[in-house]
Amino acid sequence: MPCRLLAAAGALLLGAFVSTPLGPAGAQQRTRLTVYTAIENEQLQPFKAAAEAALRDIEIAWVRDSTGVITARLVAERAQPRADVIWGLSAFSLLGLEALDMLEPFTPNGAEILRPNMRSDRSPMTWTGMDAFVAAICYNTAVARQRNLPRPSTWTDLLNPALRGQIAMPNPSSSGTGFLTVAGWMATMGEQPAWTFMNGLHENIQVYTHSGSAPCNNAARGEYGLGISLDMRAVTLRNQGAPIEIIVPTDGVGFDLEATAILRGTRNLAAARRLAGFAVTRAAMELYGRYYAILALPDVAPAVQGYPADFEQRLATINIREMGAQRDRILAEWTRRFDGKSAPR
Amino acid sequence: MAEPRLNDSTLLRLCLGFAALLLAAGLAAPLGLMLARAFQDIDGNFVGLVHFRAYFGSPALLLPAWNSLWTSAVTTAIVLPLAFTFAYGMTRSRLPGRAVFRAIMLIPILAPSLLPALSLIYLFGNQGLLRVLLPEGGSIYGPTGIIVAQCIYTFPHAAMILSVALGMADARLFEAAETLKAGHWRIFRDVTLPAARYGLVSASVVVFTLAVTDFGIPKVIGGQFPVLATDVYRQVIGQQNFSMGAVVAIILLLPAIFGFFAERWAQRLQAAGISGRAVLYRPKRRAARDLPLLAACLAIALVLLSIVGMAIWGSLIRFWPYNMALTTANYDFSSFDAQGWGSLWTSLTMAGLTALVGTPLVFWVAYLLERGGVSGWLPGFVRVAAIAPLAVPGLVLGLAYILFFNHPANPLGFIYGTVAILVLNCVIHFYTVAHLTAVTAIRQLDPEFEAVGASLRVPRWRTFLRVIVPISLPAILDIAVYLFVNAMATVSAVVFLYGPDTKPASVAVVHMDEAGQVASAAAMACVILAITASAKLLQLGASRLLSGGWRPAH
Repeated sequence: MPCRLLAAAGALLLGAFVSTPLGPAGAQQRTRLTVYTAIENEQLQPFKAAAEAALRDIEIAWVRDSTGVITARLVAERAQPRADVIWGLSAFSLLGLEALDMLEPFTPNGAEILRPNMRSDRSPMTWTGMDAFVAAICYNTAVARQRNLPRPSTWTDLLNPALRGQIAMPNPSSSGTGFLTVAGWMATMGEQPAWTFMNGLHENIQVYTHSGSAPCNNAARGEYGLGISLDMRAVTLRNQGAPIEIIVPTDGVGFDLEATAILRGTRNLAAARRLAGFAVTRAAMELYGRYYAILALPDVAPAVQGYPADFEQRLATINIREMGAQRDRILAEWTRRFDGKSAPR
Repeated sequence: MAEPRLNDSTLLRLCLGFAALLLAAGLAAPLGLMLARAFQDIDGNFVGLVHFRAYFGSPALLLPAWNSLWTSAVTTAIVLPLAFTFAYGMTRSRLPGRAVFRAIMLIPILAPSLLPALSLIYLFGNQGLLRVLLPEGGSIYGPTGIIVAQCIYTFPHAAMILSVALGMADARLFEAAETLKAGHWRIFRDVTLPAARYGLVSASVVVFTLAVTDFGIPKVIGGQFPVLATDVYRQVIGQQNFSMGAVVAIILLLPAIFGFFAERWAQRLQAAGISGRAVLYRPKRRAARDLPLLAACLAIALVLLSIVGMAIWGSLIRFWPYNMALTTANYDFSSFDAQGWGSLWTSLTMAGLTALVGTPLVFWVAYLLERGGVSGWLPGFVRVAAIAPLAVPGLVLGLAYILFFNHPANPLGFIYGTVAILVLNCVIHFYTVAHLTAVTAIRQLDPEFEAVGASLRVPRWRTFLRVIVPISLPAILDIAVYLFVNAMATVSAVVFLYGPDTKPASVAVVHMDEAGQVASAAAMACVILAITASAKLLQLGASRLLSGGWRPAH
């Protein structure tokens, strides 16, 4: 009896395994590109549809995860890269891969007219920018009313003693978001004043989180009054009815670029180049513009609403290559100053 | 114990050799490749102890090590008595509804760890429903939260091992003790406890090691309270510094090495509890014992149920805590994740195969080790390899699999990116507790079974299939369900290994949570919970059938 039960269960499971579809039928004649990305879940389908409509002989197979996980995966797979193309990953990560000589140099048509600070400075280029998102403050208006928290409009406003223990921020040594926020402060204030600023901010921090999205997600649920995060985090949360306001401080913000690159060693180089070419076209930029306010192609007007007119001017002037080179030193100093120094308030 | 026949013992040796090969390819080689990074620079050149010096040189090191140590010790000290009480109630009393309690006991591992973490935030967070219960100025973010969440997370592991340890007892011992006019306390101390000694040591090793290596809980609920496991996360995910990650991973192996020796020590204390002539102990009704046990088990069950209840409720509301309207929209997964409900199918396939492949493997290997009579270095290697996975943080194992199976020279590379690598990873990742459960069950069997088999010239595998497997079927089913539910809920290792068509549902849960879709993340976690809970209930039904039809146990 038990044997027969087990056998039946086994047969069922094996059947399930075998009948699992391995890919859409009729995909044989199209080239299947494995594309690693960190773009938001809801963007996967539109991006894939747009690229496949423009490049009829290419099929996109996504592997999407958070920036840290995808980057770690890429570095671990270095001996035999599995991805053909990276489409939508932080430029900081791509610079790291470039240093490991993992990117295939290629300058797509029209990449020269991208904003100079949003494309690779190599020739041929190793990566091309798509869009930028910026460090911002998620401000919970309900909690603010309840606890009388003043609305900040600059980073310096966060030093207000009325905000003591109300702010969450990603730990820069665990989260790319945390690091680009710190990099932005250093670029606009200068390094020494930025450390002084962070010393003061530390007094008002409730918690440094390990995840870049947690400060905004939890601020939206009222766990913290304010969360330092990225501007695009807030959109989904507000659509669900979270009482948060997204504040882009006026005194200079760090930003991150989403970018495209080809993996060195791809078995589908020709198709990969065509996708990298599509990623810098006007059509692709208009697609990015449905979600992001700053696009790599300067004359494309983003469709996304609700950003201030002077938004672009608030971006810090960051030399990402130089910041990347200083990363280890900055993180060591940050850890020495703030990590585990005080119990959560 | 009689010597098995020569060809028989050759066969057993071959089997163990095969198991050793599998563990070498699935654990030792990948892990070795990963841990070797601790002594290499980014290009693979040997650099000696540079990374260790850098790590130990930083003054921030001692704090996380100390934090890991004391929070894990406190967790073990809290969980062990609770789990023992619960397991005692399940096995040595006449509590009503024991089957239901047994299912409830597993709740914390039935769903991705995000679910209990989320519930704790909903219950005790800054906006929590039960926040008033916390001391003035207290916060769930920090050591308190870590300890509470880890107690919940490790409870099922301990309760499962202890239930098996207490599950089989020889009624003749109890009769003899009663004839000698021993009191209940005396019987507990001199009969029950010594027989469960091995289980107690295993359970403490498992709880302590799990608490030290788990990074999911401190990451979500630990705030900025630094522990060793989050250091691994920080190095590997935050900075892609595999060398430093490997250094911390090596430090994290220390408790497991200690645990290995503790286990060997406990083994010497443990004599077989069940002889071939044993009469299975069936506890009699006794109010003085059963009523307090019922109260204790009810209290534990209530805590576990409220965790799930909170998450289910959370999955059915619009946006906690600002829009509490009920909705089923969060279960429309296709609007939050490209694969929609499809990822559940991947998870089911992966978890089903993990149980199907893992259970026979684990049990047969445990049997070979305990009763195979194989000598030499092989058993020692297999024993270490069976205990080690517990101490390896999932994300270290995941990276190790990439380094090993993606290596251009690896002939096994073809499984990379398929369901097969996910299954192998899950079997290895959850090997230890399954192995300890099997060993605990086998150790309670009288070696006379094999002696009789040998004197009747019955091949060992036939004794195994005809006698050992049927007697141990409850434990085997426990192992199968344990592997299944863990594979359904796991995130930390598989997050590095899934391919474009093989994203598991548990990973989708994390993605939805990161994207701010907390309610739908909770919803997907609840669906996973429903599947794993059904599997557990099926198992309970099956074990009841096996233990003699639907007669109510009396």
